[in-house]
Amino acid sequence: MKSFEFFEPTTLAEASRMFTQEHAQLLAGGTDLIIGMKAYTETPQAVISLQKIPGLAGIATDADNGITIGAMTKAREVELSEDIQQHHTALAEGAAEIGSIQIRNLATIGGNIAHASPAADTVAGLLVADAQVDIASAGGERTVPIEALFTGPGQTVLAPGEIITAFRLPRATAGSHYIKHKIREVMDLAFIGVAAAVDMDDATITDARIGLAAVAPTPIRAIEAENLLKGNSLSDVLLAEAGEAAAAACSPISDLRCSAEHRRQMVDVLTRRTVQEAVARA
Amino acid sequence: MSEKKEYKVIGTRPIRHDGVDKVTGRALYGADFQIAGLLHGRVLRSPHAHARIVSIDTSRAEAYPGVKGIVTAQDLPDPADKVADLGEGAVNLKYLCDNILARDKVLYKGHAVAAVAATSPHIAEEACTLIDVAYEVLPPVLEVRQAMEPDAPLLHENLKTTSLGETADEPSNVASHLQYKKGAPEKGFAEADVVIEREFVTGTVHQGYIEPHNATALYNPDGHLTIWCSTQGAFTVREQVAEILQYPISKIKVVPMEIGGGFGGKISVYIKPVAALLAMKTGKPVKVLMNRTDVFEGTGPTPASYIRVKMGATKAGKVTAAEAYLAFEAGAYPGSPVGPGAMCIFAPYNIENVLIDGYDVVVNKPKTAPYRAPGATNAAFGSETILDELAERLEIDPLEIRLMNGAKEGDRRADGPIYPRIGYIETVEAAKQHPHYAAPNGKKHHGRGVASGFWFNIGLESSVTINVNVDGTINLVEGSTDIGGTRASIAMQAAEVLGIPAESVNPSVVDTNSVGYTAVTGGSRTTYATGYAAYEAAQDVKRQMIARAAKLWEVDEANVQFADGEFSCINGKEEQISFRDLCARLGETGGPVVGSGTVNPGGAGGAFATHVVDVEVDEETGKVEILRYTATQDAGKAIHPSYVEGQIQGGVVQGIGWALNEEYIYDAEGTMTNASFLDYRMPTCLDLPMIDTVIVEVPNPGHPYGVRGVGEVPIIPPPAAIANAIYDAVGIRMTELPMSPERLLKAIGTI
Repeated sequence: MKSFEFFEPTTLAEASRMFTQEHAQLLAGGTDLIIGMKAYTETPQAVISLQKIPGLAGIATDADNGITIGAMTKAREVELSEDIQQHHTALAEGAAEIGSIQIRNLATIGGNIAHASPAADTVAGLLVADAQVDIASAGGERTVPIEALFTGPGQTVLAPGEIITAFRLPRATAGSHYIKHKIREVMDLAFIGVAAAVDMDDATITDARIGLAAVAPTPIRAIEAENLLKGNSLSDVLLAEAGEAAAAACSPISDLRCSAEHRRQMVDVLTRRTVQEAVARA
Repeated sequence: MSEKKEYKVIGTRPIRHDGVDKVTGRALYGADFQIAGLLHGRVLRSPHAHARIVSIDTSRAEAYPGVKGIVTAQDLPDPADKVADLGEGAVNLKYLCDNILARDKVLYKGHAVAAVAATSPHIAEEACTLIDVAYEVLPPVLEVRQAMEPDAPLLHENLKTTSLGETADEPSNVASHLQYKKGAPEKGFAEADVVIEREFVTGTVHQGYIEPHNATALYNPDGHLTIWCSTQGAFTVREQVAEILQYPISKIKVVPMEIGGGFGGKISVYIKPVAALLAMKTGKPVKVLMNRTDVFEGTGPTPASYIRVKMGATKAGKVTAAEAYLAFEAGAYPGSPVGPGAMCIFAPYNIENVLIDGYDVVVNKPKTAPYRAPGATNAAFGSETILDELAERLEIDPLEIRLMNGAKEGDRRADGPIYPRIGYIETVEAAKQHPHYAAPNGKKHHGRGVASGFWFNIGLESSVTINVNVDGTINLVEGSTDIGGTRASIAMQAAEVLGIPAESVNPSVVDTNSVGYTAVTGGSRTTYATGYAAYEAAQDVKRQMIARAAKLWEVDEANVQFADGEFSCINGKEEQISFRDLCARLGETGGPVVGSGTVNPGGAGGAFATHVVDVEVDEETGKVEILRYTATQDAGKAIHPSYVEGQIQGGVVQGIGWALNEEYIYDAEGTMTNASFLDYRMPTCLDLPMIDTVIVEVPNPGHPYGVRGVGEVPIIPPPAAIANAIYDAVGIRMTELPMSPERLLKAIGTI
């Protein structure tokens, strides 16, 4: 690990000002950053901890079942939140897929998203929850929809000094599900991740959202597939069409974990399986 | 050995002597070791898989504040100078030394080229980036068949193939060719009604021990060198360090710390001589630790292999002939386990006509090291799959065909030995009678497979000393690294002799100055051979104690009997004294009693295993789930059944990982792209069902209690058993390891 300076600001404004300097990195849970520093893939000169800033952690539910999740909320807390389990099952399932319990007790949802890995386990669940991302800096605050946050692997629209403070999930979804394609039950990365959320009117799907992770440079929504589902009731034919449309929406890479071809095929298979389960839960 | 013996201690399940230390985190491992003035060492490794070292400039690193010393191959004795003393041995010495610190060429990515000792690990790491090494990059050879091509780039300009005793004229990557032949294979195949031949490919896999290698060395001005380290054998570390540094054994003391797994991978030395060199150079104690990437890239995995197997059988199911071609990757230097693979491949069967050819081939990967039954798992993947196919074609139950051809006492293995009493048939019978084999298996995409395995086990030298305490307990001193509960299994054998509880034995694993020579914990030998030495040491104690009782009672020794922990007088006097009470009277009868036992037994007795596995194949994702697993194994006599079961389960789990997911993934330049536990995927306990075990006991005539080694054979059957189960589930014969989801989907034809 390269030597670095360590800061523990107590206000967002202070943290934001420090974060404008070059070669600075934010430390939330540290489960990505510290590993990167040990491997020399991250060599920050300044590490700015967010841990002493009050008000960044916690889950709050409003009267309309809208949920706000502070960026410093631990993955384990997201996983175990009854409100999230009930209204955004895919997100709770995604949080439960991160590493191990020990890691989830350290890792934060803000860090999982700000790291901007296309394979982040909470991202597909946030996508299908229509999450809004609250961002603060010394200069002010703004909000961007989760799908507009990412610009590439490890890249976001966050400007120097900007810090994610919370994720707002505006309304409950009737049924949702996340499947992570992986080799191991635990301690694994998503080869691909697929989340689906649906709202139903009897047997008719009134709204559908499909989020895909690790199949494109950024996490994406499978809009074509969603449109196919909306206004229809579930059938094998419809599922097959939605699966194909989702597969067509992605632009995966081949890497050591698997080939692009395999990823695309798995998007098809897992879209069918997640949608089916989401509908069953709605 | 037919009568059933009654034992008091053997066969029970006492709590292991090192258990509390380990579960409370108090056991001291090599990385925990601290000493005043400690420096930290770090090894600089090659970024290239194959390159000539043009120059190494350490001046910038030497000038870095906190750096205390740097070593390169120039600090090792030059094996070229030793040709006169060692003759052929100089070549081996050169290979040994070059693997520690590369001299002229780097032969794999991760090959050590220099090492730094500094006041902190971070400074040492930083200083490594300041060492300027100029390389002339050469094309790498990364696969065994490619390496055997006549125009393949050569790793060693002077390596010439030794084939059946003859050395070739031209250099080659093929280090050696061995052959075992029995009967007339051509005639055997002519007699067969069905002949099946297939090719198999297996990937490079690592032992995956949790604890990375570590070593702390201290060099005293009087020339004494001490090394604290994690190793499977303190004495082999002493030998290797002495050899590599050309330093007297008498001046090296190796202190084995607790070990966090080895599985064969902690026999060869890597950083131990480097720590010693740094200690000699700086005059300070130096600790060198590997990280996980170092372990994957810089230590020996077990080889990838290319295998062809051909077997023929009559309609009645008699296997008439078998042939195998085994080409194993040795890694950067000769020495793959192709020999053991060739010894084990058809060993469970009595086949009249056999031909086995084995090739040891160098490639630009780390020099391979043993891994649990080295070579045998690769080989059995081929033979046990073919046998399954033969059974299917002949419409014979796969266990039945194994019973029909199974090896028994008096049968001769293709490589020569004639079997003493062995328990192969009994393992097949046990599998056949197990409820698992009778359970329904008809669901779609569910499949059942079976496979067997053989490992020969080894004996070798062991020493044990027993010091008798006045309170009736004994301190048992041994030199065998305890990896799988051998403190307990050794102590129990001494306890049985002396009629005392296992808890009355305090076993200690000590340094090389404090016990007689003891070979490595490897070859499934420890409970067998060091247990044998403990038995002999306890017999020595018993003899001496009988003499003390005789002295006490003023009778002839022949009149003292010892049974069930009690000494009694059998002629004349009505005397009786317990072992414990006699211990309190040693002072008055002549002083302390110290017993010793040393062995080099020849009758290790082979171990056989037969496994049954049920899988479910997800035809859409290619994932294979292990639904049920039953392993039967001949343990000879299970001293501590829990640890036998643990060894079986551990072997099975490693075999499953090898079968389904584990492999080194290389890019075209020879860089391993998955050198971490994240992308080198070993299964976790959540990925597997409980592994059922059945211990079969056919006593080994070569051990006083009938012990056979148990640690290695359970890793052998899983890949073949799972491949056979996959076939049963989806009708596809998998011939490449690992049988990963994508590979399986391709074979099924969905990709």
